[in-house]
Amino acid sequence: IMFLRLLSDIQWRAAHPKWRRMSGSQRSSSTTAEPHPVALPAQAQVVICGGGVTGTSVAYHLSKMGWKDIVLLEQGRLAAGTTRFCAGIVSTARPVSVELKMAHYSNKLYQQLEQETGVQTGYVKTGSISLAQTQDRLISLKRIASSLNVMGIPCEIINPKKVLQLHPLINIHDLVGAMYVPEDALVSSANVSLALATAASRNGVQIHERTCVSHVTIQKGRVTGVETDRGRIQCEYFVNCAGQWAYELGHSGEEPVHIPLHACEHFYLLTHPLKDPLSSSLPTVVDPDGRIYIRNWQGGILSGGFEKNPKPLFTEGRNQLEIQNLQEDWDHFAPLLSALLRRMPGLESLQIMQLVNCPESFTPDMRCIMGESPTARGYFVLAGMNSAGISYGGGAGKYLAEWIVNGYPSENVWPLDLKRFGTLQSSRTFLRHRVMEVMPLMYDLKVPRWDFQTGRQLRTSPLYDRLDAQGARWMEKHGFERVKYFVPPGSDLLDLDHSKTFYKPDWFDIVGAEVKCCKEAVCVIDMSSFTKFEISSTGDQALESLQYLFSNDLDVPVGHVVHTGMLNEKGGYENDCSIARLSKRSFFMISPTDQQVHCWAWLKNRLPDDSNLVLEDVTWKYTALNLIGPRAVDVLSELSYAPMTAEHFPSLFCKEMSVGYANGIRVMSITHTGEPGFVLYIPIEYALHVYNEVMNMGQKYGIRNAGYYALRSLRIEKFFAFWGQDLDAFTTPMECGREFQVKLDKGVEFLGQEVLLEQKQNGVYKRFTMFILEDHDTDTDLWPWWGEPIFRNGRYVGKTTSSAYSYTLERHVCLGFVHHFDEKTGEELVVTTDFINQGEYEIDIAGQRFQAKAKLYPFSSLFTQRRRKDEVELSGYQRE
Amino acid sequence: MCVCPGPRRIAIPVRSSRLPLLSDAMPAPAHLFPLIRSCEISRIGSTACYCHHRHLCCLSSHFAHSHFRYAPQKKFAALYRPKEHFNHFIHTRDYASTPQRFYLTPPQVNSILKANEYSFKVPEFDGKNVSSVLGFDSNQLPANAPIEDRRSAATCLQTRGMLLGVFDGHAGCACAQAVSERLFYYIAVSLLPHETLLEIENAVESGRALLPILQWHKHPNDYFSKEASKLYFNSLRTYWQELIDLNSGETTDVREALINAFKRLDNDISLEAQVGDPNSFLNYLVLRVAFSGATACVAHVDGIDLHIANTGDSRAMLGVQEEDGSWSAVNLSYDHNAQNEREVERVKMEHPKSEERSLVKQDRLLGLLMPFRAFGDVKFKWSIELQKRVIESGPDQLNDNEYTKFIPPNYYTPPYLTAEPEVIHHKLRPQDKFLVLATDGLWETMHRQDVARIVGEYLTGVHHQQPIAVGGYKVTLGQMHGLLTERRARISSVFEDQNAATHLIRHAVGNNEFGTVDHERLSKMLSLPEELARMYRDDITIIVVQFNSHVIGAYQDEEL
Repeated sequence: IMFLRLLSDIQWRAAHPKWRRMSGSQRSSSTTAEPHPVALPAQAQVVICGGGVTGTSVAYHLSKMGWKDIVLLEQGRLAAGTTRFCAGIVSTARPVSVELKMAHYSNKLYQQLEQETGVQTGYVKTGSISLAQTQDRLISLKRIASSLNVMGIPCEIINPKKVLQLHPLINIHDLVGAMYVPEDALVSSANVSLALATAASRNGVQIHERTCVSHVTIQKGRVTGVETDRGRIQCEYFVNCAGQWAYELGHSGEEPVHIPLHACEHFYLLTHPLKDPLSSSLPTVVDPDGRIYIRNWQGGILSGGFEKNPKPLFTEGRNQLEIQNLQEDWDHFAPLLSALLRRMPGLESLQIMQLVNCPESFTPDMRCIMGESPTARGYFVLAGMNSAGISYGGGAGKYLAEWIVNGYPSENVWPLDLKRFGTLQSSRTFLRHRVMEVMPLMYDLKVPRWDFQTGRQLRTSPLYDRLDAQGARWMEKHGFERVKYFVPPGSDLLDLDHSKTFYKPDWFDIVGAEVKCCKEAVCVIDMSSFTKFEISSTGDQALESLQYLFSNDLDVPVGHVVHTGMLNEKGGYENDCSIARLSKRSFFMISPTDQQVHCWAWLKNRLPDDSNLVLEDVTWKYTALNLIGPRAVDVLSELSYAPMTAEHFPSLFCKEMSVGYANGIRVMSITHTGEPGFVLYIPIEYALHVYNEVMNMGQKYGIRNAGYYALRSLRIEKFFAFWGQDLDAFTTPMECGREFQVKLDKGVEFLGQEVLLEQKQNGVYKRFTMFILEDHDTDTDLWPWWGEPIFRNGRYVGKTTSSAYSYTLERHVCLGFVHHFDEKTGEELVVTTDFINQGEYEIDIAGQRFQAKAKLYPFSSLFTQRRRKDEVELSGYQRE
Repeated sequence: MCVCPGPRRIAIPVRSSRLPLLSDAMPAPAHLFPLIRSCEISRIGSTACYCHHRHLCCLSSHFAHSHFRYAPQKKFAALYRPKEHFNHFIHTRDYASTPQRFYLTPPQVNSILKANEYSFKVPEFDGKNVSSVLGFDSNQLPANAPIEDRRSAATCLQTRGMLLGVFDGHAGCACAQAVSERLFYYIAVSLLPHETLLEIENAVESGRALLPILQWHKHPNDYFSKEASKLYFNSLRTYWQELIDLNSGETTDVREALINAFKRLDNDISLEAQVGDPNSFLNYLVLRVAFSGATACVAHVDGIDLHIANTGDSRAMLGVQEEDGSWSAVNLSYDHNAQNEREVERVKMEHPKSEERSLVKQDRLLGLLMPFRAFGDVKFKWSIELQKRVIESGPDQLNDNEYTKFIPPNYYTPPYLTAEPEVIHHKLRPQDKFLVLATDGLWETMHRQDVARIVGEYLTGVHHQQPIAVGGYKVTLGQMHGLLTERRARISSVFEDQNAATHLIRHAVGNNEFGTVDHERLSKMLSLPEELARMYRDDITIIVVQFNSHVIGAYQDEEL
């Protein structure tokens, strides 16, 4: 507790007189010390709950954007929660691109904040050193370094000797290298928060401390107001920045808003100053292999970490007072202390000041949560910072403010969007178990294709056990178990820990065999996880609405399947789906698994309020079997006694038919891979029967099970883009070669039409391109993953979005976007076909560049001999 | 059983050099007796071999740790090949110098240590346990293959009280096995009032369901011989019939009951072997039981009355918590061996003065047997004539067995050995927290004071250490690190065990010179190959009984 006074209260006192003076002069209502607090306003446009760094950052940015009618409520005092305890490290070394951008922005914001507000933020540009004890760790650092460099953030990979020069206390004997980011900084997080609040307050934001939000009122799916212990405030927008209490707050109202996050205890150590006090500009050290970070602190050090065995807390929901009473737990901290003394043996004689227990909130996928609730319009969330609140706070607040003011942020934030989660991730048990995995993961080595191991087997196909018994290896998407590949009997794959690699994985040949079978015979992939909606109406309402919401022409004959984007006003992909016209007035829509919440909200918010127009989520009703391969047609015609040849069953066609004894199976001639075949949508009670029939009948055609890795390889070599990975809300069909899926002249106005028309005339500023790695040795070189920088004639032009090994081409294929930056100004120019074709390309994998051949169209010649005439699913869509 | 750290090392080369001989000389009767595991037979066989080459038995290696020891002979040096000896020590050193090759991981160590652990909690009624026993933990760690120790635990159903016992077999496990199966029935029957005995006898007579006498608390590895159950039952029935006929009308005294039961069972074992059985398997079994031996240390707990009946050199020890919270040990049994002067006196008293010199040699009875009291071991009880007659009329396996044929030297006035126990009665007090019954495998490696402390701290959960708070103290990172490392070492050794007996074994095998468990040492000890394990340690069997101080306190108040 001593520390609380030292780190926070002293600083608070230092800042507070100033703060009170300012707030007084600004007629604002910081009421902490005043006997009679200023009454709450009866209404406001925006109410923000939470006075930590995220809440104040949102207030700051909203007010900067010109919104004035804003009230910020804090149950205790400003910056009194996790923010007060935060270690204050601003680190830009983040693997996810949007997180990196947020951290970069935060850093720039904090740097000038003291000047802007007059509040001392303690900002010091110390730089940071991330240490690598293993070659694999160094590879992961090199990957981050590559992406920092192309962002223009200085960053270098350095050898251990250089580490010693930068930080004399570090024991370098077990290091293989390190990454140095010279512009990373330290701040006093509480003061940053106060500075943001000060600036916001100057811009008219009203701040009320010691005001507790009891719940948010929602009527007809819209936020109408906030109930507090000091009365009610009517508002249009509510922003939940309640940090680790965000989950509770979300559940407090009648209509729950699910914000899946969970707190874990987090410990760090403070020491007295060294004999020769450490310089305040000494770089921060991150030793992920030792699971610790170390920064200088008042001449001594501050060191914490992310232990292997975290202690989740507040699972049952508690009040915030308990946060003050959390105990130090030295036994728990012991491994981290060992790591610290191993890293800096010279600190043995340093005297301990305090072990701080400061809970942090974590999310199920280690990424923060922002955005609007799918069920309550005007209910925004910014929380779950996974202990990087200070690094992200500035940038995240900016994006959320943009989101509220403009309808969407200036960056693609889908990886952080609240709507990537649904109710299924908000079980307390799930969260408790998952965050125990997530917290250590902060410093775990993350190799391509890692999966979460906790909170699994929640949603499964009816065939799960059957497939599992046949050697299926599973991954999870939106709670749904999906097969990666099938381990043939007798073959011995490495166990989980040993199969972690940045190089050629152990399943290489297994997936190769599955791909081969898809090409030459027939494979079955269970694709039941896809989101499936049915839209129907009594009259033409369904068609009319869909024609407006989708860019392709849906007024097709009954039985046709249309690939189409669901675009936003800017022509960007909100979703990418296949829609089958079941009848004149009903449609069956298939979209990616993780679209279940987002797409539902998007449609609900945009479909007319008409009781004769019904939108239904039928995801759970159907099991989907994808029969891929040239012999799929034979299997299916034998099982149905119906001719399945092209004349009778053309490509992109949908028909209900019988398969085996089961009737009413929805068969579609699409495979999501560009290979010939069918997807069977089977009412779940028939799933086992149809699967058995298909496998029995398929035997003579060489049928086998396959998984998503095979599918992925097939779709990437065919240049199929996939939403959520390659496509996002900032990508238009024109930019990814899908003009043919846009019917500008369909005679009906549709969302995004104007932008697409404009792009058609004036060209696009980025172009989805396929790269075939030329001098890359699959056996010995690092494999591409995604996010690798693309260089054209030696200049950075974009990043890859996905990659796979093509067993047909026997080469690695990367997909990614190419931009055209003006050589002098950096301004974005139109990307033409010539620009793409006339460049020499290289892909940077962890600092090593590989030559690549760029292509705008798939290698059709390579594949055509196996395809049926006129049945080419031209660059269809793909999702995983 | 034997405390002989010196011979242990000498035994290594001797034993290994003897092994080829053994296999040559062995009749290999394993296929005839599927129930007898081959190792056991090889043990009998090996005994035979040694005896066959009696003049070579000078090495007596095999018996260095068993209860037998044949008088050292002159030809020791002749057979003993120094080169092998040397090689062997080189080899042993290899274990030490390249330990990683033989190291077991902590989970492997745990799976070995926990393989035989068993816990029993006395069930509670209405949320209250009215028994003075909270429950017990037991475990055993073999050194012999198969293990020669046995353990038993049971609740008396027709009288109050709980019976717990450890049995250390020698010259095979047959006798220990039989005693572990039978002794508690003899005790229970001895304790039964006349009416209950009558009721039981009538039930048997009329073929009705029998009143259950004992509820066993057995680990799945603790087996009962199905084949012999009929035979055993008949002997037991004869015993209770005699008790009925003898009806003294007096209430049964526990001490007497225990002594009678011990003596009666040993007598029955002896009789069964003399009478034989038409079934050839059973016939061989009863002979093996009689010709092997076993010590027994049995506790009977009824309320605050604790009786320990001990025969041999297993030991019962009471763990007492002093007022200051520290732990002390109180012995509740006397070892019956050469270290016990009273016991030596007793033996000498029972035999003519002329035998005084030959009675106890090398701390062994007749120079052969370590414990001075035991079940079975008819070689030390029967007359020479009887032994010869039984062996001659016995099955070939017995006849071919040189050990059984061998008559102890200076065998003039049998019996030299008795199974009569020494009984100690103790009234439990609230400070008596637990009782440890263990075979000598434990006691030869650990002092009872350490046993009391380790179990005491384990049971009272001292391992739930107070959290450390720095507070206003001046502590450096290095000091804190040292403190935490030490705490972790202590905690990890405790937290690994849910069973006090396992915890004790972990210490017994793995303790280093500082009295803390050294994983390296533990792992090394447990990875010793079977034939070496016996050189470094004996079978260990432990039962830790935990007492219910509240109930005991209440009893005391009543008595006051």
